Amino acid sequence: MSTAPTTESKPAPPAIEKIKVKVDGREVEVPKLSPDHAGKLVPTTMIQACEAARTDVPHYCYHPKLPVAGNCRMCLVEFGTPALGPDRKPVMNPDGTPKIAKSPRPAIACATPISPGMEIYTKTPAVKQMREGVLESLLINHPLDCPICDQAGECKLQEYSVDYGQSASRFVEAKVHKPKAVDLGPRIMLDAERCILCTRCIRFTRDVAGDDALGIINRGSYNTISTYPGMPFDNNYTLNTVDICPVGALTSKDFRFQMRVWFLKETKSVCTSCATGCNILISSREEKIYRYTPRENDGVNGPWMCDAGRLNYKWIHRDDRLKDVLVRGQKSSWTVALNEIAETLKRVPPGSAAIIASARQTNEELWLLSKLKAKLGAISDSVPRTGKGDNLLVDEDKNPNTNGARLTGISFTEMGINLSKIAAGIARGEIKTLIVFGEDLLKRAVDAKALREKELTSEVVTEHGITAELLGKLDTLIVSDILPSATAKLAHYVLPGCAHAEKRGTFTNRDGRVQRFMQAIQPPGDARPEWDFLHDLVYNVTGKNGFLTIEGLFNEMAKDVPAFNGLTWAGLGDIGVTVKV
Amino acid sequence: MPSEYKLILKHADQPGYTPDIECYLKHGGYEVLKKALAMQPLDLPDGKRKSPQEQLRDEVMKSGLRGRGGAGFSCGLKWSFVDRRSGKPIYLICNADESEPGTFKDRQIIHKDPHQLIEGMILSCFANDVKLAYIYIRGEMPQGAKLLNKALAEARAKNLLGKNILGSGYDLEIHVHRGAGAYICGEETGLIESLEGKRPYPRIKPPYFPAVLGLYMCPTIVNNVETLCNVKHIVAMGGAEFAKLGTPNNTGTRIVSLSGHVKRPGYYEIEVGKVTIGELINDPNFGGGLRDGRKLKAVIPGGSSAKVLKAGEKFKLKRKVDGKDVEQEVDMLDLPYDFDSLLQAGTMSGSSAIIVMDDSVDIVEALANISEFYAHESCGQCTPCREGSLWMSKALHRLTHGEGRKTDADYLEKIANNIPGGRTICAFGEACSWPVQSFVAKFKDEFVAKGAADEAKRAQNGVASNSAAAKRRETVAAH
Ligand SMILES: Cc1cc2nc3c(=O)[nH]c(=O)nc-3n(C[C@H](O)[C@H](O)[C@H](O)COP(=O)(O)O)c2cc1C
Ligand code: SF4
Ligand code: SF4
Ligand code: SF4
Ligand code: FES
Repeated sequence: MSTAPTTESKPAPPAIEKIKVKVDGREVEVPKLSPDHAGKLVPTTMIQACEAARTDVPHYCYHPKLPVAGNCRMCLVEFGTPALGPDRKPVMNPDGTPKIAKSPRPAIACATPISPGMEIYTKTPAVKQMREGVLESLLINHPLDCPICDQAGECKLQEYSVDYGQSASRFVEAKVHKPKAVDLGPRIMLDAERCILCTRCIRFTRDVAGDDALGIINRGSYNTISTYPGMPFDNNYTLNTVDICPVGALTSKDFRFQMRVWFLKETKSVCTSCATGCNILISSREEKIYRYTPRENDGVNGPWMCDAGRLNYKWIHRDDRLKDVLVRGQKSSWTVALNEIAETLKRVPPGSAAIIASARQTNEELWLLSKLKAKLGAISDSVPRTGKGDNLLVDEDKNPNTNGARLTGISFTEMGINLSKIAAGIARGEIKTLIVFGEDLLKRAVDAKALREKELTSEVVTEHGITAELLGKLDTLIVSDILPSATAKLAHYVLPGCAHAEKRGTFTNRDGRVQRFMQAIQPPGDARPEWDFLHDLVYNVTGKNGFLTIEGLFNEMAKDVPAFNGLTWAGLGDIGVTVKV
Repeated sequence: MPSEYKLILKHADQPGYTPDIECYLKHGGYEVLKKALAMQPLDLPDGKRKSPQEQLRDEVMKSGLRGRGGAGFSCGLKWSFVDRRSGKPIYLICNADESEPGTFKDRQIIHKDPHQLIEGMILSCFANDVKLAYIYIRGEMPQGAKLLNKALAEARAKNLLGKNILGSGYDLEIHVHRGAGAYICGEETGLIESLEGKRPYPRIKPPYFPAVLGLYMCPTIVNNVETLCNVKHIVAMGGAEFAKLGTPNNTGTRIVSLSGHVKRPGYYEIEVGKVTIGELINDPNFGGGLRDGRKLKAVIPGGSSAKVLKAGEKFKLKRKVDGKDVEQEVDMLDLPYDFDSLLQAGTMSGSSAIIVMDDSVDIVEALANISEFYAHESCGQCTPCREGSLWMSKALHRLTHGEGRKTDADYLEKIANNIPGGRTICAFGEACSWPVQSFVAKFKDEFVAKGAADEAKRAQNGVASNSAAAKRRETVAAH
């Protein structure tokens, strides 16, 4: 029996006492304690209560996953608490309701804890006036050149200005000028004039990334974000500050001025650069990817992702992508190649074939390969790929689907353990047919110590003894890959596959979370999603029909693979489901 | 005739009195400490015992002592908020940042009688189970820091500090920390951040009330130099006796820093509420009157951030006369110099610094000067103050450099109204906007007249001055 899949791997927290408050006259019941940015239970704040009441409180500096700073003052609200008489008992109105003593001073909703019976007022004239005042203050020294600002379209200053800004500024003084186009670090640019000094970037890098790299220099209105002199802002999480910067002050060198954000299509996907499987959005336009940004999933990556994973998309658009089906070096067609391969595979004697499938393939693809494996009585494995990990997100395992490869039976607890056996089998002439998916077996191993300090995507491929000479001894070498490789050069059949951005599927991350990703762009040339042509091939070889859609395929796999029992494609939702691994 | 009442400054200016410990001891120094350290637990009728520490805190509560740093908050109450159950150490910090323009009282104590402060601190620390305390002294007072360090060394040498003070079993260390030159370091939570080695960005309250989450997130008491000196006298004479000094709810003495256009500027210690503003300005024992031939124009009664009082202004004061509540109309000069009367007059006694302005003062220039200070000193953490303080200063710079507009009075008022009243993280928001609000409201005609004159001049010269004005504004912006 497999255990029922759950959406969360953590046990349910103990019940928390609830208290009642009113937001603009609407009573809501909220927990007395709520998790803070680090998940610790602390008194629930007004802004959380307002959220529970579905009342929007405008804010700049507050971010649920950062320590509270309370500096922008955009979230000021009025409030009252039950009045207490001299006997410390609540004073009642004639109608029996508790009398509310309105506080003479406003409070910032992001930092002020609620108390039983509290009334929060977010729509009073005073609150409106305070918001207008804050916004006017933020705008007086702001460049106001949205047409040439990269943030336009996803800018909180623009957004709230529509709601609270005065159309004409009273300001007639000279603006404060601050540095523009400041090179903060290898991936980040700062326009200090656009910065509203919310300190989100400072808090993120100090309190989340653990690198106290940013600070403020100068006083008063001359306050400016800065790095320590001579110390560039350079950790593996810097680009998250671009996401959380509410204005156009921090920009990604990679993305800035490449594309107006409102032209971009966003596709829900998953990062493939390590076993963590951070949830991402792929922004694309006309079959071109412009950026990855993290997609919030508290069970995996929260709202963050690492820089290495974020920038690891350029290869998808490489000119030398495999675009053609090749049969013995000659351009061919899918029908010809798949038919020939099927015929060949049908005839191989049991035990004479091997499958090396990448743990970068999807669950569905690996499962289809496992069907081939069973039919051929083949030996199989995947290639481990390791590198540096950290305490925040990055895993040492650089394969996005190691658990998928294990659960589908392609590889084993110790991944790569069969590779030397396959090498020996080929050397002895026992293995005559080799199917390779997504791996360049001739890529030489990299010494872990040779990796640069900060290079977190670089991978150490295990030495396995499969050489060009051995590959030359094979009767049939079938290779599917995305980019050209030395292995593909030696192949009898080359089947061009797809990057995850070009197909749909699921991965099983390091915690056993099965996560879906969607197709953002079309593959180049004749390249086809591996699951799609594998389905044809498996049908040709085994005669068993399957499903032609990814949904059907997944659901069929879920019935077949014990660990996935009970899962459905639809049931995975956007944030995935955790299974026992 | 009203006169000084010297409690804190009893010895400071006596001929031959030095800051040395020997001199202090000769004048009865550290006797109060010895008495306190020898106190015994008190058995109460209900069978409970009251520790010497609790007894001392009770005396401070009974004394009615209010903070001398600016806010005038009850010292006993502040101490009662300290979280004594957290298991964390409790810290005490002496706020010697004295930076409010017009204020020069704490430095008299530090320079002339540092041991009085140290004795007051040891007593306060003992009363609150504090084992480690700091004196945060303004960076621009190097001599004061030197004197305090010397005094602390002397005290240590006599086992008045350190381990097992005078055999009592009580340990205490006090360190001096010099600020680096920012007014905001006087704000208690900015001070704490600075002491922790960070930028002095004041903390948000809640949750960072010093009494619970102060220095290094431990319970912390921050008191002004003069407040802490008072503790020594409270312990010496008893809280009830101390409360007889001054007036009800405004007990004890205050050292007033008197500056501006008076004949005898200086510091004067008075019983709180026993002397009026007019007496402080005009009495021969105090200011000795304005310069000859001059008339009073305005008084800032509590350091430059307090709202200005205009000569001739009248206020309705609620007072107790023979036990009955009565309302009396008083002239601003007849306001008793205390916490509550000035609050009733819509201003404050703040750091007890009185700045006197006679009719030679250009009130717009005076405000421009004050505003420039606050624009320079805003820490920049929160939006309304960061942007508003410089905005007001720029407008005033323009108005005092021939580029004014008739509408600038209203313009200034509107900018200022966006800052105070709890919209900012710390009270600096009030400090920078109150002067603007009060100057403009009370001297509006002068602001309007100046703007009108500039407009007339510009009309005469054509708009030619525009580019020159723009250039000038750039200079202000860059300063
Ligand atoms: C902007 C600002 C500056 C301040 N500067 C000082 C100062 O220089 N010295 C001081 O004792 N208190 C200063 N205070 C008041 C302190 O925050 C705090 O209230 C005081 O040190 C408490 O001591 P007390 O209760 O003994 O007065 C300042 C407050 C603000 C808002
Ligand atoms: S750069 Fe952006 S995130 Fe950082 S303080 Fe400025 S506005 Fe906030
Ligand atoms: S931590 Fe791993 S999964 Fe997440 S963004 Fe980085 S490489 Fe991708
Ligand atoms: S009110 Fe002014 S001084 Fe105080 S925290 Fe805000 S910006 Fe800084
Ligand atoms: S959101 Fe910035 S102060 Fe609350």
